[in-house]
Amino acid sequence: MAKPKLALYWAASCGGCEIAVLDLHEKILDVANAFDIVFWPVALDFKYSDVRAMEDKSIDICLFNGAIRNSENEEMAHLMRDKSKLVVAFGACAHEGGIPGLANLTTKDAILKWVFKDSPSTVSNNGTYPQTHTRMPEGEIEIPEMWETVKALNQVIDVDYYIPGCPPQPDQIWGVIEYILSGQPMPAKGATLGAGDKTCCEECPRERKEKKLKQFFRPYEIISDPNECLLDQGIICLGPVSRSGCGALCPKANIPCRGCYGAPPNCPDQGAKMVSAISSVIDAHEPEEIEKILDQIVDPLGTFYRFSVPQSILRRVEKI
Amino acid sequence: MKQIKIDPITRLEGHGKIDIFLNDDGEVANTYFQIPELRGFEQFCVGRPVEEMPRITTRICGVCPEAHHMAAAKACDAVFHVEIPSAAKKLRSLLYNVFFAGDHTTHFYALGGPDFIVGPDAPAAERNILGVVKKVGLEVGGKVIEMRKRTQQVIKTLGGKQTHQITSMPGGVSKGISIEEAKEIEKHCEWFVEFGKFTIQAFNDIVLKNQVYVDLILSDTFSHKTYYMGLVDENNKVNFYDGKVRVVDPDGKEFVKYSPNEYLENVAEHVEPWTYLKFPFLKKVGWKGFVDGKDSGVYRATPLSRLNAADGMPTPLAQAEYEKMYSTLGGKPVHATLATHWARIIELLSGAEMALDLIRDPEITSTHIRNIPTEIPTEGVGIVEAPRGTLTHHYTTDERGILTKVNLIVGTTNNYAPISMSINKAARGLIKKGVEVTEGTLNKIEMAFRAYDPCFGCATHYMPGKMPIELRIYDSSNNLIDLVRRNP
Repeated sequence: MAKPKLALYWAASCGGCEIAVLDLHEKILDVANAFDIVFWPVALDFKYSDVRAMEDKSIDICLFNGAIRNSENEEMAHLMRDKSKLVVAFGACAHEGGIPGLANLTTKDAILKWVFKDSPSTVSNNGTYPQTHTRMPEGEIEIPEMWETVKALNQVIDVDYYIPGCPPQPDQIWGVIEYILSGQPMPAKGATLGAGDKTCCEECPRERKEKKLKQFFRPYEIISDPNECLLDQGIICLGPVSRSGCGALCPKANIPCRGCYGAPPNCPDQGAKMVSAISSVIDAHEPEEIEKILDQIVDPLGTFYRFSVPQSILRRVEKI
Repeated sequence: MKQIKIDPITRLEGHGKIDIFLNDDGEVANTYFQIPELRGFEQFCVGRPVEEMPRITTRICGVCPEAHHMAAAKACDAVFHVEIPSAAKKLRSLLYNVFFAGDHTTHFYALGGPDFIVGPDAPAAERNILGVVKKVGLEVGGKVIEMRKRTQQVIKTLGGKQTHQITSMPGGVSKGISIEEAKEIEKHCEWFVEFGKFTIQAFNDIVLKNQVYVDLILSDTFSHKTYYMGLVDENNKVNFYDGKVRVVDPDGKEFVKYSPNEYLENVAEHVEPWTYLKFPFLKKVGWKGFVDGKDSGVYRATPLSRLNAADGMPTPLAQAEYEKMYSTLGGKPVHATLATHWARIIELLSGAEMALDLIRDPEITSTHIRNIPTEIPTEGVGIVEAPRGTLTHHYTTDERGILTKVNLIVGTTNNYAPISMSINKAARGLIKKGVEVTEGTLNKIEMAFRAYDPCFGCATHYMPGKMPIELRIYDSSNNLIDLVRRNP
């Protein structure tokens, strides 16, 4: 029997998802034995034209990481969809927009203006910004068009499965690969793979008492107790509103969770859920006192939606 | 005019494409190396609390998150005017040296190495890490995989996560190590030093004993005389984590040595309309275009640049190899771009030796690892050497520590102009009238930039990256007349 064909592609991403695959270490050789890897730009010398030449649906599984930030990302998403039987949104960026999705809190114009004009090391070239088409003496050259809004993968193409995490943890990736290779029936379309179905708190060894709080602290302001729940100590931690799967790596290192595995099952909006989690632990009744306590939480938008602005009910901030 | 496209460039972290224009005689008229993406970190981090930067900017690059993690943490220390405890500095530096050893391993064996180990003209389908394993044997392949595995284990212990570390924060680190963990890490570090020696030997056997490769390294096609930049310690030895930035001129003489907060007096960035990436240059020399020499502000910041910019290595085994490299290649500075691979494995060995020294320091298990900042946050610059070049993070905040300005000059970005020049020169040297342009030719052009281990995930913090390649040939009316692409 022919080996199943596997493709890995990266859109607006950092490469951490590719590294997570390499972090399978010796098992990467098993992957190479079990699959015919037909496209993987970071590691193999196949080009876009090689993919375009393939027949539709000839790739069995495409692991697609990265958000959709520009015209090339979007074109490649459609191309990989056409050529693949199954498309998996791999990692937080493809899943929910990820860190690049924070750009939806600002605008394309503001980004271009800072990078190519205002930043202190930039010497503006008569106010020139990058152009999609530039006429040079030898001919015309092109670069993709940057979109105004960053999107998650399922906002541009049909997605079959999701593997969350920034990056997905290697043991979880291996679990999914083993499952696929076992030949067992695949879960229902739209399922989240390589993660738990509880919250990060369930994996966290710290003891949570759901203490009522009168004060919040930023992580650098206090030395936290290593055994007590970080949120109970007044440090904003997204554990209660994040899906299990990573093994609570951040709280175990005395650092609060920022929710990279996304919302837990049956939670449509991670940030909104965090607002309700916070309001239930505030130890105050007078509006003024509540407001004073909430003021200690800086940047709730960029913290509660750290990885999920594009997929959230907000999608983007229209005016800044 | 004919136009050749290499799209996407492969075995490169990040996205990019190359356009090569040929004149009617079939000779290279010009080349353009374009970066297609911009993510906009500098702008979308404004409004975020500054202490989150060590865990947001890691996502600029998943290949070298450690570099951004450290530069961000150092910039945060500066913003809060806080001195970190000595043990915290040693823990960060330990993580960082282990990272260098691991990262350079990945490049040498998986990204740049296949061109030498499997061969520049080998079929595309074999010119990769799997081809390397096939050529040098499963045992060596196993060692490389074990090296990555061990370095990632140590990084996870020290950094909390193996990718996108979390433990460095304003004032120090969130987590120390136990005596048991230290003993475990010491064993790994001993192994890293042995692996470093093994890699140097492999390079000697496979590359240096093959005259064809040595000629390729030293050929004019792969050479540029530029300024060189690198971080040095108080003795002017290479240091990855801390120190001052030293720049030497094309003759190897010190041009400037500056502290992080003086970077704006020394480095500026040029804008072109045809790419999303800027071109840094030495401000005091000026931007003169894509040319080398003393009058051009173009500088390089690579493993070879760091060795050129320093007076030596901080550790004995690496120092011996450093001396051997310069005596073999005809003294300092070395301008041969492909010698960067040699410099890279010398740094691999040095990182391993440094890590072993640090883990044997009794202070490494100290529990005094954080100082709580007490001063009002303002502005700060943090600089480290990323594997791919000097990395600068510059933050300004309001009095609550909320970011108002972020400026980043990232590892690979430093080398954007020299990489463009190297591609241009290689293309001119390799594409000649009447000589067929083969896939191997294109690969040798890619080798010109692969030596820089360019990471355009990083460069495009800005935007994330990808790199495939195809070559489109256009006639002088810009009609597509031929397509050269990689065939597996």
